[in-house]
Amino acid sequence: MSEHNLDARRMLCPMPVIKTQNKVNELAVGDILHVVCTDPGVLSDIPAWARINGHEVISHQENEDEITITVRVGS
Amino acid sequence: MAKQHKAVALISGGLDSLLAVRVLQEQGIEVEGINFYTGFCVEGHTHAIRNHDKEKKKRNNALWAAEQLGIKLHIVDVIEEYKDVLLNPKHGYGANMNPCLDCKVFMVSKAVEWVKENHKDGFDFIITGEVIGQRPMSQRKQTMPIIAKESGADDILLRPLCAKNLPATKPELEGWVDREKLYDFSGRNRKPQMALAKEFGFTDYASPAGGCCFLTDKNYSAKLVDLWKGRGSREYEMDDIMLLKVGRHLRPKPEFKLIIARDAGESKFLQGYRKQFITIQSLSHNGPLTLVDGDINSTDFELVAGIVARYGQGRDAQQVEVEVSVPNEQAQTFQIKPLTTEEVLEEWHV
Ligand code: SF4
Repeated sequence: MSEHNLDARRMLCPMPVIKTQNKVNELAVGDILHVVCTDPGVLSDIPAWARINGHEVISHQENEDEITITVRVGS
Repeated sequence: MAKQHKAVALISGGLDSLLAVRVLQEQGIEVEGINFYTGFCVEGHTHAIRNHDKEKKKRNNALWAAEQLGIKLHIVDVIEEYKDVLLNPKHGYGANMNPCLDCKVFMVSKAVEWVKENHKDGFDFIITGEVIGQRPMSQRKQTMPIIAKESGADDILLRPLCAKNLPATKPELEGWVDREKLYDFSGRNRKPQMALAKEFGFTDYASPAGGCCFLTDKNYSAKLVDLWKGRGSREYEMDDIMLLKVGRHLRPKPEFKLIIARDAGESKFLQGYRKQFITIQSLSHNGPLTLVDGDINSTDFELVAGIVARYGQGRDAQQVEVEVSVPNEQAQTFQIKPLTTEEVLEEWHV
């Protein structure tokens, strides 16, 4: 298992979702990806994308301007 | 055991693609979805930017549709490749800057590529939610074969909602799909789709009025054409596409335009562009952040400061302090009388 980061700041949905998807496609099952975003739309879109495609959002943190979503890669 | 044939569906997030997939699922066909992001799609953006939309539920309709259907969804960034479709459409534009027929051909051809790449996993045909006569440009009886032919999909392109009005395709001829259980919808009447949605238990589906993207929008198209005219070239980048969705656009001189935020949400969004653009903001009163797009001469700074002051809370003041910041330079401030409503000329509005 390895941990990775993705910077999706200033991108508007669905770009953060696309970048997350493309990154996850390169990772192995069980890997962890932290995605940093600024569009609040990711709070619904990344979890929806994860549910559909068999991945898991294990946490999300919001501070004033940034949102970090952590995804565990599924099969 | 007979081979399980799988389909990939073009998912826009609208009702038709939702129904098309479910019709095939009812026949036991496994489907995955594919959604193409051209940069102009109606999804998300303005919701993310504007204040008053904050309360509205934000959702990406393609993801929502996939979740309703229980299918995987692949979202593909086609921003770069789409430029050629938009700039050089062989079949021309629809009512606005929407090159719908070329767009459909392009998307189906991308789906053909996807099927080739995923053939080993059992994918061998493509479905769309197209309905004959539904849309004036791309969904006419004559255009259906054009899409199939020019995309290279030929007989592996199945439209479950209107298949009975079209010649049988390979999935039907080979018996992978039962043609009898497909539909014969046609025309602009949405009632049959709504009845089928009810039968399948779909509620709360998205029904965009014009089409699936901003290019069908008159105001958006006008701004796009203005941008190209202002630059003397039809190049565009992702930031341009985004900025056309934000703010009030005013072009007081041919060489530059102003993008004036309409609320705090837009001001905040435009803040992200401060390093790339000249920005204007009132200091003495609350007012919108404004970007200057294009080439502005410093002799026009007073003019634009007066315009921006007009859109802030100091609009009725005798004097407003306005700051003009050029990236990597010392900001300049102006004490300026805001323009009156009449002085902001009608023809400046893009
Ligand atoms: S509305 Fe936009 S996305 Fe939909 S077919 Fe037309 S050009 Fe393509």
